[in-house]
Amino acid sequence: MAAAITVEKVYKNFVLPHEKKNSIKQMFTGVFAPKRQGYEVQHALRDVSFTVKEGEFFGIVGRNGSGKSTLLKMLAGIYQPSSGSVTTHGKLVPFIELGVGFNPELTGRDNIFLNGALLGFTKAQMNAMYDDIVKFAELERFMDQKLKNYSSGMQVRLAFSLATRAEADILLVDEVLAVGDADFQRKCFEYFRTLKRNKKTVVFVSHDMSAIREYCDRVVLIEKSEAVAIGKADKIASLYSRLFLESEEVTKADAQSTRWGDGNGTYTKVKATVVDEGRNLLIAVDALANTHLEEPNFGFSIRNSGGTALLGTNTHIKRQFVKQLEKGQRVHLEWKMPNVLADGRYSVDVALVYNGVVNADWWEDAARVEIRKEEQTPYPVNPDVTVSLDVTDALKKGRHD
Amino acid sequence: MKFSELSHKLRARYTYSLILLRELVITDFKLRYQSSFLGYLWSLLRPLAIFAILYVVFVLALGTNSRLPHVATYLLLGVVMWNYFSEVTNNGVGAIVGKGDLLRKINFPKYVIILAGSLSALINLTITILVVIGFMVFDHVGWHLSLLWAPLIFIELFVFAISLAFLLGALFVRLRDVNYIWEVIMQGAFYATPIIYDIADMPDKLQKIIILSPVAQMIHDLRYVAVTDKTYTIGTIYGNEWVRLFPISIVLFLAVVAVWYFRKRSRYFAEEI
Repeated sequence: MAAAITVEKVYKNFVLPHEKKNSIKQMFTGVFAPKRQGYEVQHALRDVSFTVKEGEFFGIVGRNGSGKSTLLKMLAGIYQPSSGSVTTHGKLVPFIELGVGFNPELTGRDNIFLNGALLGFTKAQMNAMYDDIVKFAELERFMDQKLKNYSSGMQVRLAFSLATRAEADILLVDEVLAVGDADFQRKCFEYFRTLKRNKKTVVFVSHDMSAIREYCDRVVLIEKSEAVAIGKADKIASLYSRLFLESEEVTKADAQSTRWGDGNGTYTKVKATVVDEGRNLLIAVDALANTHLEEPNFGFSIRNSGGTALLGTNTHIKRQFVKQLEKGQRVHLEWKMPNVLADGRYSVDVALVYNGVVNADWWEDAARVEIRKEEQTPYPVNPDVTVSLDVTDALKKGRHD
Repeated sequence: MKFSELSHKLRARYTYSLILLRELVITDFKLRYQSSFLGYLWSLLRPLAIFAILYVVFVLALGTNSRLPHVATYLLLGVVMWNYFSEVTNNGVGAIVGKGDLLRKINFPKYVIILAGSLSALINLTITILVVIGFMVFDHVGWHLSLLWAPLIFIELFVFAISLAFLLGALFVRLRDVNYIWEVIMQGAFYATPIIYDIADMPDKLQKIIILSPVAQMIHDLRYVAVTDKTYTIGTIYGNEWVRLFPISIVLFLAVVAVWYFRKRSRYFAEEI
């Protein structure tokens, strides 16, 4: 298959003066000063090469600051490579973010035409598709209002409705899914499926590994300005997740887990493990009463790497009441639950509350647990699903034996 | 590359520029007059009001003992041309930086930004010219065949102003003093250009220097063809019509430099803004 995008030995350096010289005075003092002003060269990309084939859904992943947005801007032609070359075949949709060129002072209607022009549509073409765009965005009643009076959700809907009209062979998509509610995300994924069906070439930058796994054919992993791996989505996505784990080990020492409370009771040990060959999760905690505590309530919750709390409970919900604790008394608790979590790294928060509302010890990120499973799905939960499959006999006329 | 492929590519490229240009000019107009009570009417009312002031100050208050006939129209033409020149260049300075948000997110032909700004000013100029023509009828200025030169003079003005806009806009990306420098230059140039005074009142030597500036040459050529042949032009001051080629060369030279510099720098606007 022909190449839609060829990236060859691309380097991108940004020269960052220590003090930016952009006034004449500074230029002169720079000339006459005995020492030259210092500057550093930041290598945003180093020796990156890959090809995106026609009709391919190509992913770019990497941590923040790895250079993936710079790479996308080079593909779009916004930045020029310091050396090397980027060649594209076919019409490239020129935007990389939603709602580019939106002007808050203009009405929704005017913004549609302006954004349409940026996408390369003539006025006549825009007139023809105007109603569809408005309908798809579900904003019929708001077209004569200024954009600044729109909610951010409305703006995104309008931008997305416009973006899906873009007629191009190659589309560059940057983190669209980070914005919008569940309903909007569903629309996004529907659009992606359409693109895939229509064999469009798509370059997709995302942190969302489940989306990467589901849609991308191949993925490049950018790490510290270099393309460290290119390959099938599954392989690169797990490589990326592992990269995160490793770096988190390193940063763990620096990362202060947040902890607050009056200290009348404290957790002394929190440990989260996967037990029973991966079927269950066990959270074991030890706590110590430092004074007399009335009706202590022990709780926990589990958050994913994105910070979303997924599950949790406490001893009051479980109707396991302790009337009171005296100073020096210790408590050992074990929470056990089926391991329904998908692959990834999770953190455990624990809390100790007494007298109904008084917070003794609230400890975020008290322990961490890593989940690895044989079967992988792109969803946040991955419980053990059993399947029974029955196939009825084929109709006689359809038989070929 | 095959010729048909090339021509297709060229057409595709410029179609996009044209679509963008159109939309940017319209947007500019909408933004300028939105939420004002009289709206678009202002593009007509503004020059009218300015004329009224000039007329009161220079014709009624400072007397009418000028050697020139139709001194009001004579004044107006100078002011109109200068206003256009200053509108285009002043807008040009900040035009690229002002569109920084857009430049960082989308790749499009950058010259469209400057062109759009200059076209908006051109629309204003056209409206103003219509007002001036009305005023000329009111002032009983006669019509001459020499008026056919006027479009050429306006083309020279357009090229000069837009060249400076390209140059200043691109320079401002790297050097943020340009707007202050240009403000000062324009203030000085306003008095160095015979707009509100009669060049005939100047010493001969000074006349010869003043008239070498392209804007002075244009204003006086326009006054000559449109108002009165008593106007001093670069030809009459030097006694040689060919000296006119000097300011014209400045314009052409500047145009070449501006195109060269803008093309060279525009690739890097997105990362330098």
